[in-house]
Amino acid sequence: MQKQLLLGDEAIAQGAIDAGLSGIYAYPGTPSTEITQYVIDSKEAKEKGIVATWTANEKTSAEAALGMSYAGKRSMVCMKHVGLNVAADVFINSSITGANGGIIYVVADDPSMHSSQNEQDSRFYGKFAMMPILEPVDQQEAYDMVHYGFDLSEKFGIPVMLRITTRLAHSRAGVARKTSRGQNQLKLPENLKQFILLPAIARKQYKDLLNNQPHFEAAAENSPFNSYTDGKDKSMGIIACGLAHNYLMENYPDRNVPYPVLKVSQYPVPTKMVEKIYEECDSVLVLEEGYPLLEELLRGLLNKGKKVKGRLDGTVPRDGELNPVIVGAALGFDIPELREIPSLVANRPPSLCKGCSHIDSYYGLNEALEKYGKGRVFADIGCYTLGALAPYDAINTCVDMGASITMAKGAADAGLQPAVAVIGDSTFTHSGITGLLDAINDKSNITVMILDNATTGMTGGQPSSAFGKIEDICKGLGVEEDHIRVIKPLAKNHEENLKVIAEELEYQGVSVIIPRRECIQTLNKRMREKFKAKAKAEQAGK
Amino acid sequence: MKKDIILAGVGGQGILSIAAIIGYAAVETGLYLKQAEVHGMSQRGGDVQSNLRLSDKPVASDLIPHGKADMILSVEPMESLRYLPFLSPEGWLVTNTKPFINIPNYPDEAAIMAEIKKLPRHVALDAETIAKDLGTVKAANIVMLGAASPFLGLEYGKLKDAIEFFFGRKGADLVELNLKALEAGRKFAEENKN
Repeated sequence: MQKQLLLGDEAIAQGAIDAGLSGIYAYPGTPSTEITQYVIDSKEAKEKGIVATWTANEKTSAEAALGMSYAGKRSMVCMKHVGLNVAADVFINSSITGANGGIIYVVADDPSMHSSQNEQDSRFYGKFAMMPILEPVDQQEAYDMVHYGFDLSEKFGIPVMLRITTRLAHSRAGVARKTSRGQNQLKLPENLKQFILLPAIARKQYKDLLNNQPHFEAAAENSPFNSYTDGKDKSMGIIACGLAHNYLMENYPDRNVPYPVLKVSQYPVPTKMVEKIYEECDSVLVLEEGYPLLEELLRGLLNKGKKVKGRLDGTVPRDGELNPVIVGAALGFDIPELREIPSLVANRPPSLCKGCSHIDSYYGLNEALEKYGKGRVFADIGCYTLGALAPYDAINTCVDMGASITMAKGAADAGLQPAVAVIGDSTFTHSGITGLLDAINDKSNITVMILDNATTGMTGGQPSSAFGKIEDICKGLGVEEDHIRVIKPLAKNHEENLKVIAEELEYQGVSVIIPRRECIQTLNKRMREKFKAKAKAEQAGK
Repeated sequence: MKKDIILAGVGGQGILSIAAIIGYAAVETGLYLKQAEVHGMSQRGGDVQSNLRLSDKPVASDLIPHGKADMILSVEPMESLRYLPFLSPEGWLVTNTKPFINIPNYPDEAAIMAEIKKLPRHVALDAETIAKDLGTVKAANIVMLGAASPFLGLEYGKLKDAIEFFFGRKGADLVELNLKALEAGRKFAEENKN
């Protein structure tokens, strides 16, 4: 079969479709979004009856996937690294329930924070949960590991983590497909108490998980994705995890590395393989895309053994994404003399789109807050976080999904009056609702602006779970009807909107303002499609 | 054969469509390819780049090493300079001269051109005007692809096939227009390469 050019994300999606997937669940998050989007758009997936859907948040995604595993079918849940913080509860506990049908958590990390607020390394979560982890080196491995990962999950009755990073997620290469296999039949777990984590049962299940660890490790020792390649020069051995292996190879154009190399793409860490390279070589260089997980283990707290080089001793920078030159320097190659960027080149940060509704919302809010002074706007995660930049300079916090409302509440409780929360429609249903309930129950004095652009904008316009439901949700939670104010953020409505915002800032209690206007990107897309459909209809009518 | 190309521009300018056409031609030629893209936040009007690597041997790194790019192909003049540390001593810089100004401190255009002209191998052209003369400004990216075509190491016919593949669904007129745009860019590069 001819190879298909696929993004790493798309390779995983196609891998899942071909490996007998029954359901995929996700909340959009860069760099993981394209996995689920691919399955949603796939004709083949539709014909196979695969469930592919966006959910309210990563926790609900993961729980739905676990439910599908309970019912005996293969499921996948995809998220960005910080999404796993949201899904951590089910993630950790699902290694104790174990799996019935195969289940894979795909977690996409973002070293160098291209589109994120931190660069946490999800392999630590996998280790914490004592779950096998797969870390592909390229698009083909990403594809192959889905099939393999489902088999691993079903063989040991354990969920499996597939960990990727931005560079693989958003890079394209040729991928050869396998023969497609069918889905599992509906089949309940043999032990109907397996998924009841009452202490008495959980203790037993946890022991099973502990007893299974040597088996998981043996699987890693024998994994087709882990390999040991000998080298003549034993002054140094190299352990390269995941993508780091590519950067290592890039430094040797003929691909002949003079040192022994251990490629690690399946965890738990294959101890015997690590021991072999450690014993054979005078020193060890550890290359990892992310935090120094394996390096820290090998080095130990006291670091009294052989020399271990990597991120902890400064051979490799402590933070940020790897690249061929960083790895080359760690290998002792000279950094080539490079052209410089001319000093006139200016930074070009991302910005709100021309015509974006958030611009009008921020101009209204800024003016209404002028008389109170700066420092009272608690924002959230989405396009509107760009309100932090000039010329808006409109927000003061951005921490995690939903934190706008709850941080505003805390600051209001401390006496900051007025305190404003700014949150998008999709982020509101992701993690804002419960915080709003807290504020209502405590009669906290906050003004919440739910910027409703009817989509999940930053990740490319996926449907928002909040669509058409925001007022009802607010009413249901107990926001007084008079203090749920819908405005249309347009320059021509500025004075009118300003008045509404000013009134609600003065109100003592929870008030909600909903600036509502469709995202300019989704609007344009919709218009283009409408135009195309019209042209097509006219063509057909001729 | 190895060609490492940095495609540069501003989010929304459509550099990925250029990458897709080159990628298709490369695959049809039987080459290995890796192409790293930028998705997410930067796509909102920020600087974006794509690392496109073609080779007759399997490609290891998704990222082009510093100082190894055979070409910077930029649809915006200031953005063409941002990636100079990646350009090899023998590499080509092919850039559009029409600025995309969405920041208040955009530098003086003449100063940008002076920097571009310092490079021993460069092609600089006003792709918008050339495309407009052909009938639509939308073909500017294909003009840029044409200007890069003499240095890509791909058969010109394969690029034309790729244009037919990508625009074929949209009708014969668009195919012809884009083939003309490709040719116009190529002609400019042949006549004005420095």
